[in-house]
Amino acid sequence: MTDLSASHDARLSACPACDAAPLAQRWAEAGSRGQAPGDLILSLPTAHCAACITDVERALMAVPEVRSARVNLTLRRVAVDAPGLTAGDLIPVLDRIGFEAHELDPQALSSTAADRQGRDILMRIGVSGFAMMNIMMLSVAVWSGAEAATRDMFHWISGAIALPTVVFAGKPFFSAAWRGLKAGRMGMDLPIALAIILASAISIYETLQSGRHAYFDAAVMLCFFLLIGRYLDYRTRAVARSAAEELTALEVPRATLLQDGDEVAVPVADLRPGDLILIRPGARVAADGVIERGDSDIDRSALTGESIPVPAAPGAALSAGEVNLTGPIVLRVTAAGRDSSLARLTALVAAAESARGRYTSVADRMSRAYAPVVHILAFASLGFWLWKTGEARPALNIAAAVLIITCPCALGLAVPAVVTAASGRLFRRGLLIKDGTALERMAEIDTVVFDKTGTLTMGTPQLQSLRPLPVEMRPLAAALAGGSSHPLSRALAAALDGGTPAAVEDLREVPGHGVEARWNGLRVRLGRADWVGAEADAPGAATWLWVEGRPAIRLDFDDRLREGAEAAVLAIRRSGRRLLLLSGDHERSVVDTAARLGIDDWRAGVTPTEKAAIVNELTAGGARVLMVGDGLNDTGALAAAHASISPASALDAARVASDMVLLGGDLTPVAEALDVAGRSRKRIHENFAMSVAYNIVAVPFAMAGMASPLLAAVAMSASSICVTLNALRLR
Amino acid sequence: MDVLVFLIPVSLGLGGLGLLAFLWTLRARQYDDPRGDAERVLSDEWDDRPKPPEE
Repeated sequence: MTDLSASHDARLSACPACDAAPLAQRWAEAGSRGQAPGDLILSLPTAHCAACITDVERALMAVPEVRSARVNLTLRRVAVDAPGLTAGDLIPVLDRIGFEAHELDPQALSSTAADRQGRDILMRIGVSGFAMMNIMMLSVAVWSGAEAATRDMFHWISGAIALPTVVFAGKPFFSAAWRGLKAGRMGMDLPIALAIILASAISIYETLQSGRHAYFDAAVMLCFFLLIGRYLDYRTRAVARSAAEELTALEVPRATLLQDGDEVAVPVADLRPGDLILIRPGARVAADGVIERGDSDIDRSALTGESIPVPAAPGAALSAGEVNLTGPIVLRVTAAGRDSSLARLTALVAAAESARGRYTSVADRMSRAYAPVVHILAFASLGFWLWKTGEARPALNIAAAVLIITCPCALGLAVPAVVTAASGRLFRRGLLIKDGTALERMAEIDTVVFDKTGTLTMGTPQLQSLRPLPVEMRPLAAALAGGSSHPLSRALAAALDGGTPAAVEDLREVPGHGVEARWNGLRVRLGRADWVGAEADAPGAATWLWVEGRPAIRLDFDDRLREGAEAAVLAIRRSGRRLLLLSGDHERSVVDTAARLGIDDWRAGVTPTEKAAIVNELTAGGARVLMVGDGLNDTGALAAAHASISPASALDAARVASDMVLLGGDLTPVAEALDVAGRSRKRIHENFAMSVAYNIVAVPFAMAGMASPLLAAVAMSASSICVTLNALRLR
Repeated sequence: MDVLVFLIPVSLGLGGLGLLAFLWTLRARQYDDPRGDAERVLSDEWDDRPKPPEE
């Protein structure tokens, strides 16, 4: 399991498509190696209430093969035990009762490993919390004036509780600090580990000497608060990782190879130029090639952003990633694997990815500046007091007090608390944050670039109006449209839904052209202009209905806007950010969409390389770009942008390349994310300011030798609580 | 002050009970779905006892 999650942690490689193949194979093997069969996990972005739980579970249990179903509302997913069923069988069941569902890969979720880590941290929090409360009870007695033998006894009991706790609860910090030291890094963990060790050591020594001050409570409290920060951090990442990165691949990277008349399923990686492959209707083209036999319509939206399918005939060149719609075709492979256009697109992603990896978060910058300052202060006070008093004991005591007081309790909570509150809020609105620094980067955005097909629009056509179609022709149109799976036919059938289709005979689909039948003895056709003898007088998505002996009727389609697109665009415009629409589609439909949404700045017919180049250009000009896109043609731009969002319906490669994933179909959270990101950046800065202010007040006391365990305890808990409360204001 | 001889062990014992209870909730997977568990109370199904967790 760990090797799977490890390969997913590496966010992107040079060629996601090449990686996908071995990954899918490993999943398949993991599945055959004694994994409980029939375990399905579906993500439920819209579930939110008690009734949703009951509805979903009841609907799933009503399916005979389902043995058990349990909704997890916190993670918005449902685990189903249904041997022999696939997610494809259950998604329609949920869709019927109004729940959107996406398949998650149970193997990749590796819930056991992640759960164990979370429970491990929780356990350490529980133990240190228990120890802290008991020690604090004894400490309060010491602070309020316990003397001599009583104080010593209380110190001894405190020590007996604190030392094992510190060893157990502080282990994550010790090991992280040790790893950091070996790698030559000075992170937050080193001062933390030093403070815990020094506080415990000094306290033991002082207790042995019947001294007045012991810092057992501080050592345990440090562990407690910092572990909470650690846990919040872990949770944010665990939720995002499990749900966003493991939405399963849309396609299994296999192709049907034609070998001496036999059909053989082979991994895409094994294809060689010159091979003949069969591509069935509805399947994705596995490699670049030229059509050898067969006519069809090709959906190129993922690669180019064109919203309308293009007809294809023998001799036409296809690229990997396109979808074959209507008829089976045989393709002669010209380039496969790393040479294919798909791989070239993903190379764009790899080039851009390294740029974003260099981003340093506020927390990193803070800790880089912070650790040396703390150590210098502690050493300075040690040296000063050694010189002043000539004794090691008070000097060490003061140095330990400085380290304890400056220990980044509040700093450790400052970022995780805010990120947890903000991502929790966005998650409730249907937006998943995949990357820890994504919120910070989102806050800096001043330019938003949208893709059109599949992002601002649904990528599925819609009949503009039924008016051109006379009422008596509608049953006929419904009958013809029902005979094809071409997107325009399906849109027409959906628009005519409700009427009874006319009785037609000899209904057949002519791939690449349209549908043909006989109706009352007349030949009727629904399809391309040149096929029905009409003039394609205006550009745009259209199909023609032709009845023998009559002029053909033109039916126009347009692309439906995604829900919330208008609201999101309006909110972004109001916020004063620059808006850009980059699409690979034809000018006419881009103009149309831009006008409907009120976007003035648009470019049509943009190739994937140009998209990435435009984003890079904007970045070079000082802009901070947010890219919102879904297609393979967007991946380069998604990776090159300062921050990026893709809808859950996007292709795998696009989702992998982006920082955030929209779980629902609604675009409104995009605008909200920008707003929340801005506010969370403000909260993070406030939190840092607050914890630094506490240190500025408390450190002089500590360095002057006036710090007491009481002061340390008060400063530490007060600053941690303030920081957490401030973060919670975001919810 | 002799009362401390009893009171300190008693308080430690009570705290320890709390810790054990916490560890039990952890093992019983009660932190896997806090929101769902809160909502499930409102449902009519599984009224007599909680629905067993997956696995």
